[in-house]
Amino acid sequence: MATYKLKTPISEEDIRKLKVNDVIYITGTMITARDAAHRRALELHNEGKRLPLDLQGLAVFHCGPIVKKEDDKWIIVAAGPTTSTRMDIFEDEFIKNFKVRVVIGKGGMGKRTTDAMEKYGAVYGAFTGGAAVLAARAVKNVRSVEWYDLGMPEAMWVMEVEGFGPLTVAIDAHGNNLFENVLRKVEESKQKIYEKLGI
Amino acid sequence: MTIENLVEDVAVRLLQLAVTELPNDVKEALEKAYRDEESEAGRTQLEAIINNVKLAEKTRTPMCQDTGVIIFYVKGGAKAKDLDKIEQALREATQRATKEVPLRPNAVNPLTGENSGDNSGRFVPFIHWEIVPGNNVEITVFPKGGGSENVCALSMIRPGEGIKGLKKFVVDTVVSAGAKPCPPNILGVAVGGGADIAMKLAKAALLRPLNQPNPDPQLAQLEKELYEAANSTGIGPMGLGGKFTVLGVNVEYAHRHPASYPVAVAVQCWAARRASAKIHPDGKVEYLTHKVV
Repeated sequence: MATYKLKTPISEEDIRKLKVNDVIYITGTMITARDAAHRRALELHNEGKRLPLDLQGLAVFHCGPIVKKEDDKWIIVAAGPTTSTRMDIFEDEFIKNFKVRVVIGKGGMGKRTTDAMEKYGAVYGAFTGGAAVLAARAVKNVRSVEWYDLGMPEAMWVMEVEGFGPLTVAIDAHGNNLFENVLRKVEESKQKIYEKLGI
Repeated sequence: MTIENLVEDVAVRLLQLAVTELPNDVKEALEKAYRDEESEAGRTQLEAIINNVKLAEKTRTPMCQDTGVIIFYVKGGAKAKDLDKIEQALREATQRATKEVPLRPNAVNPLTGENSGDNSGRFVPFIHWEIVPGNNVEITVFPKGGGSENVCALSMIRPGEGIKGLKKFVVDTVVSAGAKPCPPNILGVAVGGGADIAMKLAKAALLRPLNQPNPDPQLAQLEKELYEAANSTGIGPMGLGGKFTVLGVNVEYAHRHPASYPVAVAVQCWAARRASAKIHPDGKVEYLTHKVV
């Protein structure tokens, strides 16, 4: 296990160095995107239109933040991760088309995303579920909000972050998926537990 | 000050305390898990949880963006005055705390999808009443997060399967929940009573402090066995692998119908929030779970 501090834009080379169980902290530009923002980004791309900003080398955070406005300035109050599996149907295309390098969320993602991460060079960083204060503190500035018509949680928030983490690399760019490894072990241990309990 | 104003102020305070500061027994259990966890990924997650908890306490900010659905447990002394005013006071406290703390508005009409915006609605906040001897009023607030609520489970197992069936159901519930309820979790397990009573007891069991052993030695033994079983699954903190899938297991029971064997498992996330206070007839307030200066 190693700890890395990454600055956006992150290169494919830096991403390929990471292995599952490594810990990363991110400084630079990060966007939030949940179901609706993923869908809109891909629709725009398919229509040949440009996104409001270039996502290459950036991090995308599965998060619907609580945001307040003070003196015309957006402030992130709480920003814990949401369950990532919902984005499994979009993420492979998202990685392929926009070259994001880090996908952040909780609960892990499936094979489609794992394959895309291996092919195009991206990792999944697991952020502690509920750790909303830790996340909000790492956000130094809200640069802009795009697609606010989708609502506060679903909009794309463009944030400047400093030392955002710790993120455990749970899917690396070599086809390894920590959540899948754990699930396999859990299934094995279940049988042993049954035996011990006399079931 | 009228009783309703006093109850409202105390309940707002309890809500604020609950969502920003974990009770000591939960903090200690998280620290112990961090010390004893062997998995690297598990330790990283526990460290983040502990830092997040400290930061929330210091900055008086909710420790998790999901501040839960609000549930109250009230022990009303039979000789206490104005018990009929308490329900309205707790409702107003919930609405006020939603603005003041703030809490995330989490009360949604299931038919229309409309969010009331102030954490109140039909049967929300829910109040569990217990009439006890004396003239004090004890209020416990229990904000319950949605992620862990979604993996709570009830099984009407066959009485012939008995306690073995209970154990299997608890293990299966933990395994199928996996990373979803933000482990390490606390499990409230209840057997007997009937479908509704089992779940009510299981949830109320989550209120028992983790450092308070079950007074019934047979149940204490069952708790130990279930704790070890859950922590042998390897799910670990946030489902990234490790020893600590649960911080504790609290078991309750009621007598059952001969043909029924209800088993309920209530699951609580690491942000195991609760706060209690006792209001004396002279207006003195004693905070039971948190230090209040």
